[in-house]
Amino acid sequence: MKRHSLATRIWHWINALALVVLFMSGLNISNAHRRLYWGDDGFAAEDAWTFVIRFPEWATIPQRYDLAEARDWHNTFAWVFAVALLGMWIASLINRHFRRDIATEAREWTPASLWRDIRQHLRGNFEHGAGKYNTLQKISYGFVLGIFLPMMVLTGMALSPGVEPMAPWFIDLLGGRQSARSLHFIFAWGIFVFFVVHVALVVLSGPIWQMRAMITGRTGKEPAHG
Amino acid sequence: MVDARRRAFLAGMAAMPAAACTDLAETDGAQAVFGAVEDWHRTAHRTLAARQALAREYELEDRAPDIRGNGSLTVETDYYRAQLANGFDDWELEVGGMVDNPMRLSLADLRAFPQRTQITRHDCVEGWSAIAQWTGPQLGPLLDLARVREDANFIIFRCADKLNGYDYYESVDMVDAYHPQTIIAHELNGEPLPEKNGAPLRMRIERQLGYKHAKYLTAIEAVASFDDIGRGKGGYWEDRGDYQWYAGI
Repeated sequence: MKRHSLATRIWHWINALALVVLFMSGLNISNAHRRLYWGDDGFAAEDAWTFVIRFPEWATIPQRYDLAEARDWHNTFAWVFAVALLGMWIASLINRHFRRDIATEAREWTPASLWRDIRQHLRGNFEHGAGKYNTLQKISYGFVLGIFLPMMVLTGMALSPGVEPMAPWFIDLLGGRQSARSLHFIFAWGIFVFFVVHVALVVLSGPIWQMRAMITGRTGKEPAHG
Repeated sequence: MVDARRRAFLAGMAAMPAAACTDLAETDGAQAVFGAVEDWHRTAHRTLAARQALAREYELEDRAPDIRGNGSLTVETDYYRAQLANGFDDWELEVGGMVDNPMRLSLADLRAFPQRTQITRHDCVEGWSAIAQWTGPQLGPLLDLARVREDANFIIFRCADKLNGYDYYESVDMVDAYHPQTIIAHELNGEPLPEKNGAPLRMRIERQLGYKHAKYLTAIEAVASFDDIGRGKGGYWEDRGDYQWYAGI
């Protein structure tokens, strides 16, 4: 049974690689200044809204504190990530992946329907949706593809002093450069949480057929009848 | 026991791609890719924004109460100590290299040029930002007066300070040298530049990160290429720490 289009599969793996490199080099960059601020500016401890732990070297790229090299990795994979995401969005609109598989319908948002979906998840039944994905899947994929991943690109660009003169209003919209930096950090951890849950659910729902589906495009299962 | 082993396994899994990256980054191929990517960022920035597009300017009340000094906080030479004591009366800025009209300018000469005052945000490569008001003459008209030759491609900023035993210096191309907000600042928040912020003169290169903004400025030099200066990468941090020459990212 056909599961994932070629565009989805290519994007999925490029994106996975880019996210790993971006996240781990990002932790190295975070170690350079472990305070976060709201607004345009901030450099003193009393301006900070939070302090960030020092991430251990095994979790960073490269595996020692090296801001210059971490920035090289980060700035390089930022292109891979952003261009792939744009491509995925265009492909999903053209091949109707978004409309058909991810967009929810109003009736899925009723408390009763959502509660039914949650109960099915708790029972370990993940294939109860009418379409390819169940409601909670649609919502989480929708949020990640529509908000979290694009926000990483936008808040990341807002940090570049060479980008700001193009559209200063855009940095204002994010609340200023230091707010953009805080949001970049928050959305990155949001994606990390998604990643953990995503991998856990793949493992729980059948890692073999899920992996096969995301590599070959086919589940290897007969379509369900009835 | 099991937990410790599981943790070690997870750490190992996480470290695998990272270790590969750490080794890969040392190769010439990776360095070439990183260099190309830096150029893409610069090209994208300059294609999407007007060449003269201004960095954001702020209001008086947005200024930070104190501007942190970073990198060198002073210059450890007798000459500098003496100059600092007498208010930099004899400090000279040399404008030379590939120019037809080399000049030596005192602080009084620099103050006689039309001045630009701008309240801008200083973004450090480490991540922090600070807003301050800077005053000084624009670099562009000064370069015109010195008659920079056609074949000069970069402006080198020479500094009095040494960091970890090496001369600090920086460089920009002509686009940033002639940008209206590129000024030779001698005032911070309306007062003469404090010692920790680069007295008596420092650069403001507003569309790039802090390490470009050379402090304790002694000379401005027009060159065709910076291959033969320092280790050839265009600046102290570029030479010593492999930082990106284009610091607008």
